[in-house]
Amino acid sequence: MKYCVILAITAAMFSCAPDKSKMNNEQYPDQSSGKSAVEEVIANPTKGIGAVKNVTLKSPLEQERVSRGLAIYEMKCAACHKLTDQRLVGPGWKDVTKRRKPEWIMNMATNVDVMLEKDAEAQKLLELCLVRMPNQNISVGDARDILEYMRSNDGEK
Amino acid sequence: MKSVNKMIAFLALAGAIVAVNSCKPKGPQDAVVGNAAEKVYVAPGKYDEFYNIVSGGFNGQMSVYGIPSGRLFRIIPVFSQFPENGYGFSEETKPMLMTSHGFVPWDDLHHIALSETKGEHDGRWAFANGNNTPRVARVSLKTFKTEEILELPNSGGNHSSPFITENSEYIVAGTRFSVPVGDNRDVPISSYKQNFKGTISFIKIDPTTGRMNIGFQLKTPGVDFDLSRAGKGPSHGWFFFSCYNTEQAYTLLEQNATQKDKDFIMAVNWKKAEEYIAQGKGEKVKAKYAHNMLNESTHTASSEMMTEVLQLDPTVLKDIIYFIPCPKSPHGCDTDPSGEYIVASGKLAALIPVFSFTKIQKAIADKDFEGEYAGIPVIKYESALHGEVKKPGLGPLHTEFDEKGNAYTSFFVSSEIVKWNVKSLEVLDRVPTYYSIGHLCVPGGPTAKPHGKYVIAYNKITKDRYLPTGPELTQSAQLYDISGDKMQLLLDFPTTGEPHYAEAIPASLVMPNSTKIFKIEENNHPYAAKGEKEAKVERKGNEVHVYMTAIRSHLVPDNIEGIKLGDVVYFHVTNLEQDWDVPHGFAIKGAANAEILIMPGETQTLKWTPDEVGVSPFYCTDFCSALHQEMQGYARVSAAGSNIPLKFSTGVIAEEAKSSPK
Repeated sequence: MKYCVILAITAAMFSCAPDKSKMNNEQYPDQSSGKSAVEEVIANPTKGIGAVKNVTLKSPLEQERVSRGLAIYEMKCAACHKLTDQRLVGPGWKDVTKRRKPEWIMNMATNVDVMLEKDAEAQKLLELCLVRMPNQNISVGDARDILEYMRSNDGEK
Repeated sequence: MKSVNKMIAFLALAGAIVAVNSCKPKGPQDAVVGNAAEKVYVAPGKYDEFYNIVSGGFNGQMSVYGIPSGRLFRIIPVFSQFPENGYGFSEETKPMLMTSHGFVPWDDLHHIALSETKGEHDGRWAFANGNNTPRVARVSLKTFKTEEILELPNSGGNHSSPFITENSEYIVAGTRFSVPVGDNRDVPISSYKQNFKGTISFIKIDPTTGRMNIGFQLKTPGVDFDLSRAGKGPSHGWFFFSCYNTEQAYTLLEQNATQKDKDFIMAVNWKKAEEYIAQGKGEKVKAKYAHNMLNESTHTASSEMMTEVLQLDPTVLKDIIYFIPCPKSPHGCDTDPSGEYIVASGKLAALIPVFSFTKIQKAIADKDFEGEYAGIPVIKYESALHGEVKKPGLGPLHTEFDEKGNAYTSFFVSSEIVKWNVKSLEVLDRVPTYYSIGHLCVPGGPTAKPHGKYVIAYNKITKDRYLPTGPELTQSAQLYDISGDKMQLLLDFPTTGEPHYAEAIPASLVMPNSTKIFKIEENNHPYAAKGEKEAKVERKGNEVHVYMTAIRSHLVPDNIEGIKLGDVVYFHVTNLEQDWDVPHGFAIKGAANAEILIMPGETQTLKWTPDEVGVSPFYCTDFCSALHQEMQGYARVSAAGSNIPLKFSTGVIAEEAKSSPK
């Protein structure tokens, strides 16, 4: 317990620190980072649990990402997620980028098993949909492309 | 020290009890002592230490067990159709079972050879032989799927196979039955001596892909080839085969092929054969045999008919093969980890001869021959002999080795495993098996680096070991601890099919490479639907192709209309899941076929020829989610002349259906 508290404090200290030099968008830490899931929940209540800590969004949208995101959506997501607000197997995607932090969305896509285990928001969705979101073998880079496509779906330019 | 003392005390006590009870008839529960349960217990969620890849005999399959628990993990269909996953039933896998005799959906799988690098297991492939319709197969130890099957021409039955060289250069395939070969095959059976020939095929393995092709075939005198092993270390470049029926009997072999005191071990210098080939001395002869390959990116097998094979005649091309006399009807022919000793087990002999590779080489150099057999030099028995294990037991069959210089030989008739020292030839220990052991397996036992620890007995008779299930009983194996001086029976475990040879390999060499899913991005199946947007139905003449997707928990399309009687419908089902262990299944009413099972990211095809007008339900056959029972759909079949247009949908509620029934 003590150890967790210390970790939390350490994590909090880091999260307050000014941003390091901007990371290249393609570079993300290894998904199997050594930190325990508990620690990350404490650090990021709304960003979810996983490799994605900070996402920098650009405006206007990065069109290359949007089109890659669309292709991944059609192959791996469309079977369960509509682009409207209508729920199919999982929730519709309309306005998801307004409801959730980008990090939460990307962690949900890339680290779904841990999210369903530990993240309260993800668990609420499971109670609603009653089908566990499958691990669709999506890399962090893929998830970033999907996020851009979601932003486009939500009307961002 | 304390525990050793304790154990000695315990053994003494156990001995005393056995001594007291020794007059009582023995029950099947005898012979298990001490901490056996502890040694085989693998706690829930924990892993076994070894994979045991076991032949399935007449079920034509390979099965995968954990050691020491004896738990069955997988049955891998190889030479037989398998309803559990649609192998040999799905359109993609049917070509794997094609042969020069057409589609052969069942064979007899006897022996396993795991791929090796530098004499040690490398965890890449498992090879197996098809005994009846002569074939060899290669199974990937990443996907645990049969990736390739190669038929063998001029073979009467592929028993002496698929033993492997120390760098997986070759696996061999020796015919069990000699038969007439070539153009003149319609001959009297009684002309065996003149017309019947044996062949040994050396199958070359591509070091990167594992792809097999027949490097060359040796023509041999007409005898029966039984088993084989490659040399290793100093004897690398040589292969040793046991031969029986050197009497060349063609009827009542039980009597007529057991006349001579000695048959032969055949030593083959395959490097010499390679030299002759390099000199262009091989002869290409016409042959017809199938070569079947699974394409990993299309998930589809194809079958090609081959037309020729390269043959060498060792009666003309000298120094390729030599015979060594061996008592009596030899069966197992096993090289020890050092590569120096060749252990030959005469099924009917009361001793085990052990030959020395060094002495064989010297005898050949000195031309220390006792004569010729069918044009092949026969080395003098004594000149090749390291020594004999005297009175080891009755009916020796097979020998495996540990890392300490010991051999473990199975005895069918006296139903026991006998441990003996390879160099001193001294018998060290014996344990009974229940009952009538055939093959046996020490992890890494046939390699240059055995892992020891266990020996597994594959028994031919089960009798009273398990709850009876009518006349047909389970097949059985038994696990023994060989880490101490005395072998200790730990466990009985049932097996599927009749287990012949098996190999065991440390889990650490296989487990990290195990494929979890097929990446949907890399699926190049021509009928794949990579996403629901690509799901569709197309008509090509009277063929209807359904590009269907499956994901928890719906099929797209799930309403199909416009199929007519006389059509042949192909359901190409792509599993869109990308998560480990989420297969979907597919079945449709009236399909004269098994269901298919589709792994994540894979596409598999079920062919359906509707035979009546109406609406046929289809559904997912593998319980996939809480809404698995909802994963279903309908296909409408209309009369042959009907003008119902082809259409398909999912989730579309038609107007007429919306209005509630009055």
